[in-house]
Amino acid sequence: MTAGDVILHWATMFALVALPVAFVMTVLRAVLGPTLADRVVALDMLVAIAIGFIAVIALKTGYHLYIDIAIALGLVGFLATVAFARFIQTTAGKVKAGTPKPSVTKKGKINRKTVTGRKGK
Amino acid sequence: MTLWFAIPVSLLLVGGSLFALIAALGVLRLPDVYTRMHAASKAGTVASGLLLLATGLGSQEPAILVRAVAGFIFFILTAPVSAHLLARAAHLAGVRLDKVSTRDDYRRDQVD
Repeated sequence: MTAGDVILHWATMFALVALPVAFVMTVLRAVLGPTLADRVVALDMLVAIAIGFIAVIALKTGYHLYIDIAIALGLVGFLATVAFARFIQTTAGKVKAGTPKPSVTKKGKINRKTVTGRKGK
Repeated sequence: MTLWFAIPVSLLLVGGSLFALIAALGVLRLPDVYTRMHAASKAGTVASGLLLLATGLGSQEPAILVRAVAGFIFFILTAPVSAHLLARAAHLAGVRLDKVSTRDDYRRDQVD
């Protein structure tokens, strides 16, 4: 094992420890919320970390085909974020995250504090 | 792998991991959606890009390196688009900025 191999081994080990820590921190944000937009931002970040992790695994194992998988995952992540952004925009304040029906108050008014976490009038 | 080739690859690996860690810390600790988005879209993109470049260099094959660079460029192109769409949607949905994110010195002087 040459000096270069040792340096590379420890750098890979550092990456393999740091990336899961970052992943867990981002998952915490996705769980905590508080708004739907926060969760989508966390999802975007999770995809970025997963791409980095796949790249490190590709370097460690020598299966360089993983790079193509990382690029495909990036494309899917981008499309997912765009779709979620459209969803947030079209259902602005009408639908609570995770529930199919909008919560409606007495007069048929839509309760606006659902998605946004903002107090209604 | 020779030493002079392993050093830049290792630096890219460690740098990318640190960027990912800092981006995740920002996503977890910053006060509102817009500041969290700023951490995720900039530091997060650089993190995955640096790790991809490390893999491309470490493979020692031009075809892999070109693919990794193409992936990095793709992420650089798409990250601002998705961040802008998300910020716009959040703003239209009525997500407010946090108190510490806005600074209004003039208002402080006014009597409430």
